[in-house]
Amino acid sequence: MESREPRTDMSASSTRTIIIECLRFDPASDSEPREQAYRVPFTDDMSVLEGLQYIKDTIDGSLTFRWSCRMAICGSCGMMLNGRPALACETFLRDFRPGPVRIEPLSHFPIIRDLVIDQADFLAKLESIKPYLIPAEDKSVADGTYLQTPGQMDDYYQFSQCINCLLCYAACPQYGLNRAFTGPGALALLHRYNEDSRDAGTAERMPIVNAEDGAWGCTLVGYCSEVCPKAVDPARAVNVNKINSAKDYFLHLLMPK
Amino acid sequence: MTAGSKQAAPGMKTYVRPIGSWWLRNSFYRWYMVRELTCVFITAYAVILLWGLMRLVQGRPAFDAWRENLASPSAIGFHLLALLLVTYHAWTWFKVMPKTLPFISIAGHRLSDRTIIALGVAGAIVASVLVFLAILLSILQAAP
Repeated sequence: MESREPRTDMSASSTRTIIIECLRFDPASDSEPREQAYRVPFTDDMSVLEGLQYIKDTIDGSLTFRWSCRMAICGSCGMMLNGRPALACETFLRDFRPGPVRIEPLSHFPIIRDLVIDQADFLAKLESIKPYLIPAEDKSVADGTYLQTPGQMDDYYQFSQCINCLLCYAACPQYGLNRAFTGPGALALLHRYNEDSRDAGTAERMPIVNAEDGAWGCTLVGYCSEVCPKAVDPARAVNVNKINSAKDYFLHLLMPK
Repeated sequence: MTAGSKQAAPGMKTYVRPIGSWWLRNSFYRWYMVRELTCVFITAYAVILLWGLMRLVQGRPAFDAWRENLASPSAIGFHLLALLLVTYHAWTWFKVMPKTLPFISIAGHRLSDRTIIALGVAGAIVASVLVFLAILLSILQAAP
């Protein structure tokens, strides 16, 4: 395993310390979360995630958090940094000088332990939107691939950039108030597949959009798009689907199945 | 655990934080709430206007009394506040407008969000100026 300690070449002058306040929750002993503060030395190039790794490696091995890629691709290290949902790996400790930094698990999700939340609810929603291409007719390998022009790809490309980090859910008060709301991330991915020229599954996905807890559960707070680390703009996907839902409704009035 | 929501493992002990006064958590939420609250003032403005219409039907003295009430400092204060809030509401409306539209492409180029917002704001300004000029013109024509 590579070193997760601050670089040894850092000069004393470039090292400062910052207080990191963590929300802690141990399901075995705590009935509710508590706070714990750590003093962490940091350099200008250290991310919040590296700060947490420093704590785990040298101060308190029991501190629990999710992480993997360290480069804003895996979507594992989403947490509340001073109240704002962010990826710990792409946020620098220096930006919180002089501190303290308050770190909490993503809002609106049940805490499993310390900074780890239960994403099972989201995963079930993700599965429900059928996040895969449903072609109009199956082609055999011999028939070749499904072709697409760059223009057709543009229609869905930004929505396909979602990394399931759940920052948008932590930003969405509607999800916080009503956990049945399908939510920004899943609806953005639903839109991604509906907009794909190779996909013919729109009719299967529209009941989710049309539901009370689908696109109509959104009041366009817009904070989801603000915190999205991949510029997916989930608020756009959700609100464009209000138009799609209205069209779908009138279409079925005119042409009942 | 909220009823109906999925859990990683059945019976697993988790802690759900109460959502509390979420609208106070950050300035983004606070401005959202201001946007939502503008509806109260816009509704009040519409009710006052409808009230005036009713007074108009009741005859000249009733309508003049309604107009006289509008000249009171509190009524002017309310209308200025309502104007300020409706202006803010209009701005937020145009700001989110691109998010409510499918992508618009002209000659193979996608219209940027900034362009859509600018077009909306420009349209609102032009319409407001035209309405203002029309009112001004009718007042000038009515003057002896």
